[in-house]
Amino acid sequence: MLSLPIEYYLVLSAVIFLIGAVGVITRRNAIIIFMCIELMLNAVNLTLIAFSQYLGNMVGQIMVLMVMTVAAAEAAVGLAIVLALFRNKQTVYLDEVNLLKW
Amino acid sequence: MNIELVLFLVLGLLAVVSALMVVSRKSPIAATMFLVMHFMALGGLYLLLHAQFMAVVQVLVYAGAIMVLVVFVIMLLNLGDEQSLSEKVTKRETSGIALSMLLGGALIFAVTRAVRPHTSDAAAAALNNGTIEAVGKALFTTYVFPFEMISLVLLAAAVGAVVLTKRHLV
Repeated sequence: MLSLPIEYYLVLSAVIFLIGAVGVITRRNAIIIFMCIELMLNAVNLTLIAFSQYLGNMVGQIMVLMVMTVAAAEAAVGLAIVLALFRNKQTVYLDEVNLLKW
Repeated sequence: MNIELVLFLVLGLLAVVSALMVVSRKSPIAATMFLVMHFMALGGLYLLLHAQFMAVVQVLVYAGAIMVLVVFVIMLLNLGDEQSLSEKVTKRETSGIALSMLLGGALIFAVTRAVRPHTSDAAAAALNNGTIEAVGKALFTTYVFPFEMISLVLLAAAVGAVVLTKRHLV
C-alpha cells in the first residue's frame, strides 16, 4: 500500500546511479561501459516510477516507456558502433582508441 | 517490520549488490548475467510500487531483448577478460571514484530534502495507476503524439545499426 517513505526509493536509485557512474569512469571495456550506462538509465527509471506512484500521476510512467525505447535504440546503435570499432581497430578498450585525440 | 519493508530491503540489496558486480567483474559475460539479475530486482521493485505494466516491460525489454543483444555482441567479438583490473588503481580511476562520491553525496543530500509528495488519495490512485489499462489509455489518448514520435526514433536506430555494421557502403 506504498507505506514506505519515498526517500527509500530515491536513495536506492541514487546509489545505483552512483555505481553506474563509477563504472563508466573506471572501466575501459566499451561493452561494460555500455552496461553501466544502462544501470544509470534504470536508476533514473526507478526515480520516475517512484514519483509517478507517490504523486498519483501517469506522466512518470509514460516517461519511463520513452526512456526504455531510447535505451533500446541506444543499445542497437551503440553495439553496432562497438562492432564497427572492433572490425577497424581489433579492440574494444576505449583507451586504445585515440584517433580523435591530439 | 511490515512485509513491504522486508521486500524493499531484499530487492534493494539484490539490486545494489548485482550493480556492484556488473562494475567489478572482469569477464563481460559475467557482468551481463549480473546485469540481468539487477533488471529482475528492479522489476520486483516496480511491482512493489504497484507499477505492474512497467515491471513486465522491464523484464521483457531489458532482461529479454537488450541483454540478448549484448550477449550476442560479446560472443561475436570473442573477448577475453580485461587485464587492467588486476593492476593497481590508476590516478585517473581514483579521481573518478572521488568525483562520483561527491556526485552521490550531492544526490542523496538532495533527495532526502525533497518535499514529501505522499498523500493518502494519491496513494489510493497509485493502486490503479500502474495497470496496463491505465497506461494504455494514457499512451493512446493524451500521449499519442510522443508515442508516434518515439517509433521514428526506433526506425532511425534500426537504419543506423544496419548502416554502421555494413561492411562496404554503396
